[in-house]
Amino acid sequence: MASPASPARFSRNEYDVAVIGGGLLGSSIAWGLGRIGQRTTVLDEGDIAKRASRANFALVWVQSKGMGMPEYTGWTVRASENWSRLAAELAAQTSVDVHHQRPGGFHLALSESELEARAVSLKRLHNQPGATDYAIEVLDHDQVKKRLPHIGPDVVGGTYCPLDGHVNSLKFFRALHTGLAAFGVDYRPEHPVSAIRHENGEFRITTPKGEIRAAKIVLAAGNANMTLAPMVGLHAPMGPTRGQVLVTERTVPFLDFPLTTLRQTDEGTVMIGDSKEDELDDRGHRLPIDAVMADRARRMFPLLERLSIIRMWSGIRVMPEDGFPIYDQSETCPGAFVSCCHSGVTLAPNHAFDIAPMVAAGALDLDRLGAFSARRFTTQAPASSGYY
Amino acid sequence: MFRRIGDPAAATVTIEIEGTLVKARPGDSVTAALLASGLDFCRHTPVSGTPRGPYCMMGVCFDCLVTIDGVGNRQGCLVPVAEGMKITLQKGKREIGQ
Repeated sequence: MASPASPARFSRNEYDVAVIGGGLLGSSIAWGLGRIGQRTTVLDEGDIAKRASRANFALVWVQSKGMGMPEYTGWTVRASENWSRLAAELAAQTSVDVHHQRPGGFHLALSESELEARAVSLKRLHNQPGATDYAIEVLDHDQVKKRLPHIGPDVVGGTYCPLDGHVNSLKFFRALHTGLAAFGVDYRPEHPVSAIRHENGEFRITTPKGEIRAAKIVLAAGNANMTLAPMVGLHAPMGPTRGQVLVTERTVPFLDFPLTTLRQTDEGTVMIGDSKEDELDDRGHRLPIDAVMADRARRMFPLLERLSIIRMWSGIRVMPEDGFPIYDQSETCPGAFVSCCHSGVTLAPNHAFDIAPMVAAGALDLDRLGAFSARRFTTQAPASSGYY
Repeated sequence: MFRRIGDPAAATVTIEIEGTLVKARPGDSVTAALLASGLDFCRHTPVSGTPRGPYCMMGVCFDCLVTIDGVGNRQGCLVPVAEGMKITLQKGKREIGQ
């Protein structure tokens, strides 16, 4: 770990770093900053914020990510490799077990054409120049059934990647915030940011509860980064979507592996996802979409049919316009960073162990993160990340 | 523990509780029929295995969970008895597929 920052250097500022956004991404970076002794505050909205961190599906997912940007594949594989270390550090610090597991994950196909399309897209992904090589298997029904004995006859086959896993993302969120407090990070709820000024080498941040000053800032406000970024000479084009999730009553453990659209939590409930709509009202909900998700789930696992659905919700995905993460630093306002991505759960170890030290040092490592600069939006057409 | 008041001949519905045939009245809830049959608990909790009996009798407490006709975790207090209904006690966690 790096040593704490020199007090002299930051004496005119209240904080070394102000992280704007207290969801999983902002909390992961702030936790990483606290961990290396940075005087850090987190400026967050309140309880009614649209918060993907409480609506997400909690996969730590590798397979299928990175079509159109091979660097994203490598970045995701790195996160998968470091997740158990993050879980262990949080458990040691906070006594919260986030139930991280990496048994590998499946994507199941309910028709030959689905399976073929999946296999073709994974092959294209792997054939990209510079793509990180990792194991992935395309399996037929019988091969899947060996590891998922409860699949139904409609399952034609699937893909399996040993790097995939999942966590309890609500416990993870709680562990991060417990850890922030333990590191002495100032968490400030009800501090939505309306303006940021860069003056005399420091940032002055306007909130309803007064001005906050910091030597550096990290924009980690999800889709709101789109509005905040231009205040400090940055660019963060976002294209959020809405997703719906169903949750069943608790049942005995029956599923040893997470799937792209279905997983059993450590507490026994079964989560079923995940739809994608352009609607951005998280209070809205479309039952026909639930019906399709539930029907596909019971075709995958007929045993689910008799379980009751006890909860359902909509959430708004944080989603950069082209689906890939944005990590960037301001040229006009040195010390301002922006960080946004869809996968706040999957990429959390990188945010804590990689991004945070770079922010503390004052510069992103462009050899590793150059591809994620928002400058790509001015030079190339949007691609698709294949976000799950 | 409980005894029925009124005419015993009014119990005209036959249900099966843990394999034993029991008479119940039309309009009885499953839970009422269980209590009237002499049982003082209807489930074992998933966590500690402790026996539990119905508490609120109005759909709130979830302590009356039983398996009815093969479907687990049903709230017995909200389901009226029906001829031939098969009821078993909820033993710990909800089983998958039942």
